[in-house]
Amino acid sequence: MTISNHASVPETIALPPKEFSRTLYAYVVWGGLALALLWSWAPAEMDRVTYLFSDSGNMVEYASGFLTPNFHDWDYYVQEMILTVQIALWGTVLSIFFGIPFAILSSSNVAPIWIVQPVRRLMDACRAINELVFAVLFVVAVGLGPFAGVMALFVHNLGIIAKLFSEAVEAIDPYPVEGIRATGASKLQEIIYGIIPQVAPLWISFSLYRFETNVRSATVLGVVGAGGIGQILFESIRGFYYGETAAILIIVVITVTVVDLLSQQLRKLAI
Amino acid sequence: MVAVSIDGLTKTFGRKRALNGVSLEIPAGEMVALIGASGSGKSTLIRHIAGLERGDAGCIAIHGREIQSAGRLSGEARDMRRSIGVIFQQFNLVDRLPVITNVLVGFLGQINRLRGTLGFFSRNEKHIAMRALHRVGICEQARQRASTLSGGQQQRAAIARALVQGARLMLADEPIASLDPASARRVMEILAGINKEDGMTVVVSLHQVEYARRYCPRTIAMKDGAVVYDGPSVALDTAFLKELYGEASDELILPDAPVSDQPRERPVVAIGSGAPALATA
Repeated sequence: MTISNHASVPETIALPPKEFSRTLYAYVVWGGLALALLWSWAPAEMDRVTYLFSDSGNMVEYASGFLTPNFHDWDYYVQEMILTVQIALWGTVLSIFFGIPFAILSSSNVAPIWIVQPVRRLMDACRAINELVFAVLFVVAVGLGPFAGVMALFVHNLGIIAKLFSEAVEAIDPYPVEGIRATGASKLQEIIYGIIPQVAPLWISFSLYRFETNVRSATVLGVVGAGGIGQILFESIRGFYYGETAAILIIVVITVTVVDLLSQQLRKLAI
Repeated sequence: MVAVSIDGLTKTFGRKRALNGVSLEIPAGEMVALIGASGSGKSTLIRHIAGLERGDAGCIAIHGREIQSAGRLSGEARDMRRSIGVIFQQFNLVDRLPVITNVLVGFLGQINRLRGTLGFFSRNEKHIAMRALHRVGICEQARQRASTLSGGQQQRAAIARALVQGARLMLADEPIASLDPASARRVMEILAGINKEDGMTVVVSLHQVEYARRYCPRTIAMKDGAVVYDGPSVALDTAFLKELYGEASDELILPDAPVSDQPRERPVVAIGSGAPALATA
């Protein structure tokens, strides 16, 4: 069976030529990346890469210090690690709770442009400033301790949650919302019955992911005195207690892995 | 009592004139079909009547109260939507919510706003919602997510929502266009039943004239955004449709409509002359 038995088929069929603009675009993107890497080489002191090998003796000695983790104070480390997770939990939940209204207000398919733009810029500001910087600020404001860490995570994540959640809202199917509107429902009811059910799976997934990230972030908040395991981690590094440092790092890695696995299971259940 | 009265309604989308000076009146209790080829303005007209779209000029009154006039929605539009049930071609249910919640949404416009927002529906309201589901024949599926229902069942759930809403006017925008013939007939029968038993005014836009002839005593035919025929459905025979729509009339007479039961011919697409014919449904 042939496709044609009357028209003559040429021996070779030429491929249509590549679009010039797309070829050019590829050159510009890859060439630009190469240029940017070259430009950043010296400022980033990438030439020091040889030091990794030239003083390999020192490196080996340094690394071998970590090979014998010292779990003598393990209960103290675990206690601090649990505190770290508790800080992350409160920071995440607060940022979700307050992030939802901001997310709705920064969705262009829900709110008018003169609300969307200012709210988005405010959220940009929350996001742009690192949680460590916020932690330093809150330590000054509310004193040393875990609460400063919670507040730092909360404010930084508020911006992230608002952005991620509003992107989900902007991608919804508008017709079910119209169906709700046609019943005479109020605007808030349209959001609750028409929008939230549609975005719930994505929102849950984003929230769990942010919780994982916050557990990781919270492990360094202690460096500036905002509570958690970061404080003892930083102290043991500065004091050259390699064994203790290794033990703390192992506990951090195990905790982050467990949180990761748990949230994956939760996500599967929710969606 | 006049259910719908439209006077000189005009709407332009970009350069395209979607509605061109439409004026009509529908007395309460009628069942009216709105027919026309795709792009003739049926859906646009229905969306204007429901107050979901604003016209450029002209006015629309529902049960004697103006819902929009000269491009402005009345301040009572949200309130008036309560008395207007709308069902859509794509059902517009919220997929992830259970059927019963989708139906209870019909109460939102009637009950205390805070209670509705928080989702505290009374036992009596749930009872009414279940009765509506029973009437459209899907009360067993009440707890299932809307997305698990078939197209025909989803459309019936949407009708139940409009029933719960206490609407006096039902607007159906191509309610059967994406349904198989059996489900289509079921939905049309439910709409006709609501019209007869409850005296609800029903305006239904249709693609197929056969359904209009069978279920609706009156038909309004549209072409290029204007009303070209308004009268008894029985007068719409094939010759008259040809006259109204020319070649486009083929689109309006589909072989799967309920009255004609002849075997339907499938369009045949052949690739080359020796290739087997591919039948497309």
